Amino acid sequence: MGVPNELTSRDTFDAYLAALKDMPQWWLDLKRESWERFHELPMPHRKDETWRFANISGVNLEGYRLGETAGGEVAEKDLVARSEHVHQRAGRLVFANDQLIDSEAVTRELADQGVIWLPLEQAVREHEDLLRKHFMAQPIKLGSEKFSALHSAFCSAGSFLYVPKGVEIDLPLVACHWTNGQDAGIFPHTLLIAEDLARVTLVDFFSSPERKARNYVCGVNDLYAGPGSRVTYISAQNWGRDSLAFHLNSTQAFKDSFVTSLNVNVGSRQARTESHSQVLGEGAHTEMQSLTVATGKQEFDQRTLQTHFKGHSVSDLLYKNALLDDARTIFSGLIKVVEEAQQTDAYQTNRNLLISPTAEANALPGLEILANDVKCSHGATSGQIDDEQLYYMLARGIPEKTAKQLLVFGFFEDILIKLENEEIAENLRTLIRAQFGE
Amino acid sequence: MKQQLEIKNLSVKVEETEILKDLNLTLPRGEVHAIMGPNGTGKSTLAKALAAHPDYEITSGEVLLDGENVLEMEVDERARAGLFMAFQYPSEIPGVSIANFLRAATQARLAEDEELEATQFYKRLYEKMDMLQIDRKFTSRAINEGFSGGEKKRNEILQMAMLEPKYAIMDETDSGLDIDALRIVSEGVNKLRGPERGILLITHYQRILEYIVPDHVHVMWNGRIVKSRGKELALELEKRGYDWIKEEFAEPAAKA
Repeated sequence: MGVPNELTSRDTFDAYLAALKDMPQWWLDLKRESWERFHELPMPHRKDETWRFANISGVNLEGYRLGETAGGEVAEKDLVARSEHVHQRAGRLVFANDQLIDSEAVTRELADQGVIWLPLEQAVREHEDLLRKHFMAQPIKLGSEKFSALHSAFCSAGSFLYVPKGVEIDLPLVACHWTNGQDAGIFPHTLLIAEDLARVTLVDFFSSPERKARNYVCGVNDLYAGPGSRVTYISAQNWGRDSLAFHLNSTQAFKDSFVTSLNVNVGSRQARTESHSQVLGEGAHTEMQSLTVATGKQEFDQRTLQTHFKGHSVSDLLYKNALLDDARTIFSGLIKVVEEAQQTDAYQTNRNLLISPTAEANALPGLEILANDVKCSHGATSGQIDDEQLYYMLARGIPEKTAKQLLVFGFFEDILIKLENEEIAENLRTLIRAQFGE
Repeated sequence: MKQQLEIKNLSVKVEETEILKDLNLTLPRGEVHAIMGPNGTGKSTLAKALAAHPDYEITSGEVLLDGENVLEMEVDERARAGLFMAFQYPSEIPGVSIANFLRAATQARLAEDEELEATQFYKRLYEKMDMLQIDRKFTSRAINEGFSGGEKKRNEILQMAMLEPKYAIMDETDSGLDIDALRIVSEGVNKLRGPERGILLITHYQRILEYIVPDHVHVMWNGRIVKSRGKELALELEKRGYDWIKEEFAEPAAKA
């Protein structure tokens, strides 16, 4: 028998839905449909191409409770206090087990310009048109359709950010999602809509207060970058080390937009990230970056898709993994260029730094190009710490452990140094460095 | 305890070939010694062996740093004991800034419970950079990445200036430098001369010795020091080349 309020139990869903009776009918319908779809869709099978090399037996939804009812062990005020990663911010939302525990609105000035920054459920109630148009509107097709359906069914918490045409927000918006207590299942959602020429940065911090926490997480973040907009999305994932996590991203980049996404991953037992970048307008530019420190027996399973529907556009993907101990990573990426998307530049690079001889990095890069006038490249490399570089550091009296750490930090630095926000960059550096503390 | 770097009967192999043969050399603190010699005679092998490069196998001999046996120490221990090597071809390390690199190296020389004082550190770093005419913007640049030959050599001297070794070995520091860079680097080295430090300059050409005037000049041939005299020896080598050395010390087998 499972735990009370088990995620996969119909009783849990019925009770969850009953408690939502004040929500709009379309929202409840969507949840019902999603719940049915979740049950109809099969679990991943080891023969599925989208799950190649993945630890299928680790993808097990048994024994998790719906976050709301899981009950936390850490006081809410402590979690809010621990959410001070970024001091210079335009607004912040803090959630624990999918419950909103702290909320900082945007300034009056931004609100007057039409900026909407709200917890998801409030946005569903107050901005039905936007939500109906954009919520879960982007295709999930990299293998986690089933888990995405469960996300739709149970998702209540998250941030909704709408930036109207021409509005530029200098400071980042911040969302912090915490699990709290063992076995909680949570479904954080991020929906960012930047209209024409808008400029904005949003940061998600995903963390468990206790290192050993066992949780189930399935987060979705969807970015809509309107014509000429400039969107930066950063996430830092530090779930408890016994957790199963999914982070499913989809980005729509319209004409002349510039989208940068950077995901830093250090947490969970098994983490699957799916990232789909859709280039929908000429002149659009998307950067997809990921930095992962894999330690212990962790598995990071990374699936990416860059689709160019329009030409004269750029997508540039760089996934860097540092692997220690017995950790595993899987990178599977595909670039698709449709026939009319001429003069596309699409790049895909996966670099793995193997620090331990028993770590394992798998790479499956791929191209599917139908246009004939394009520049596309894909490459995956796996290597160890460079002996000459290490020797040079030792020859200056730097002890071996420190030298190796500096080399690993250096491996990530080319991406971090490009971040315009130094406070966020420092946060990410701290998170990466902490993985080498023991 | 004599304050000197003593190399006694040192033999070194690289991939089964013996390069250094019973080499003897003593470098007291406060002095600058130059080692000259034709290419392929083992000058750089001596430098690399002293700096414990893993490709160089020491088959016999001793190296004493103020009486302490250096050969029993790991690479990093030797450096912290006060032995510094200015490399001929220093590595490029992407993503590791000069500042972070030198902070780690400086921190490693402090007692375990002692924390590096950042303001002091940067003050010193900027002083040394100014001395070597290195743009302060270089502090955040990755070590040697995209540096010109001259910038790499200046960066080596910057590290030497920051780490204040007891003994510095400079491996062909003059190679690849134009005349301006050579002058700046030499001025930097001259400022680091002093009673607390011994410097061993390894060079193929006499040119750098016009700027850094040595106390002694040693000639190396076929893995040994074969002549040791004052600075006038460098001028003689400049004039006469190395052929007379080769003839004088050629092994009987090679002669035949």
